[in-house]
Amino acid sequence: MTQPAPMTPASISAPQGLESLVADFSSDQRAFKNVSWGKVMMWIFLLGDTFVFGSFLISYMNVRMSTQVPWPNPSEVFALTVGGKQIPLLLVFIMTFILTGSCGTMSLAINYGFRKDRKKTFQMLMLTALLGASFVGMQAIEWTKLIHEGVRPWGNPIGAPQFGASFFMITGFHGTHVTIGVIFLIITAIKVLRGDLDSMRPGFLTGRKGSYEIVEILGLYWHFVDLVWVFIFAVFYLW
Amino acid sequence: MAHEPTQQPPAGLYFKVWGLLFVLSTASYFCNYFFQGYLRWSLIILLMLVQAGLIVSVLMHMVWERLALMVAVLVPPLLLLTLLGIGALEAEYTYATRGSFFGPPSPAPSAQHR
Repeated sequence: MTQPAPMTPASISAPQGLESLVADFSSDQRAFKNVSWGKVMMWIFLLGDTFVFGSFLISYMNVRMSTQVPWPNPSEVFALTVGGKQIPLLLVFIMTFILTGSCGTMSLAINYGFRKDRKKTFQMLMLTALLGASFVGMQAIEWTKLIHEGVRPWGNPIGAPQFGASFFMITGFHGTHVTIGVIFLIITAIKVLRGDLDSMRPGFLTGRKGSYEIVEILGLYWHFVDLVWVFIFAVFYLW
Repeated sequence: MAHEPTQQPPAGLYFKVWGLLFVLSTASYFCNYFFQGYLRWSLIILLMLVQAGLIVSVLMHMVWERLALMVAVLVPPLLLLTLLGIGALEAEYTYATRGSFFGPPSPAPSAQHR
C-alpha cells in the first residue's frame, strides 16, 4: 500500500519553465520552495559581494583608462627571477593554481559531506583551508615585494599612482575574503570531526542544529572567492 | 527545516570541470605571452567568462537550482554593465580633460600665446 502524496501546491501542479518562475515569485510565504533558507541567504550575500567586487573592478577600469601617466606593466611588476631568468606573473600563476586546486578539494568535501563521511569531509576541509592559507601567504609575499619597491595606496614610484590604490584595495579585499573563508573552513572542519553535524548539536553562537548542509553553504562561499579571483587575474594581472 | 537534497551530479563531472579550470587558466596565462591586441583581449575575456560560467553552474550547483533562484541571482549583476558603460564614458572624458589641462606642455600652443 502506498501512502497518498501530500497535497502540497507543488504536487498538484508543478509548473515548468517560465511558469514556474512566475509561480515562485508570486507564491505565498516563500519564493524559493524546497531550497533551504541557509542556501538562499548565502546566495543573496554573494549577490551583494558581487556588487562590491564589481564596483571595485569597474572603478579600477575607470582610473586606469583616465590616467595620463603610464600604467606599470603587470607582467614585469609581478615577475619572478628563477635561475637568472625573468618569468612574468609566476607567483600569481601559482596562486591561481592553488586556488583552483582548493576549489576541487572543496567540491570533494561537499561530496563526502552528502555521504556523511565524517573523516574524509574533515580531511578535505582541512586541505582546502591549508591551500587557502598558502594562497594568503603568497599574497603577503607579493605585498611585501611591492611595498619594498615603494608602492603605496597613495603613490607609486613606477608609474600611475592609481596602480597602488587599485592593487592594494582589490587584492586586499579578496585576500580578506580568503582569510575569512579559511577561518570558517577550520571551524566547520572541527564541527565535522567532533560529530556535531551527525548529532545535530546546537551551534555555539546560533544554537541551530548541526547539519551537513553547512558544508555545502560554505562551499558556495569558497567557490565564489575563486570566481572573483578569475576576474581579478584576467583584468588586473593579464591586462 | 526539511530540505530535499538537491539532485547530485555525478562525481566525475566535478573532476572534468576541475581539470578544465586548470587548462583554461593556463590558456589565459599563455594568451598573455603569445598574442597581442584585440585577439589577446577577446581570448582573455572569453576564457574568463567560460571559467566563471563553469564555476557558477557546476561547482556552485546553479544548473540544479530552481529557475527562480537562478534569475534572482544572475539577473541583478547585469546592472553592473550599466555602471561599466558609465565608468568607461566618464574615464574617456577625464582622460581628454587631463590631456588638455595637465598634459605635458607642448611647444606649439605656448609659442602661439607668446
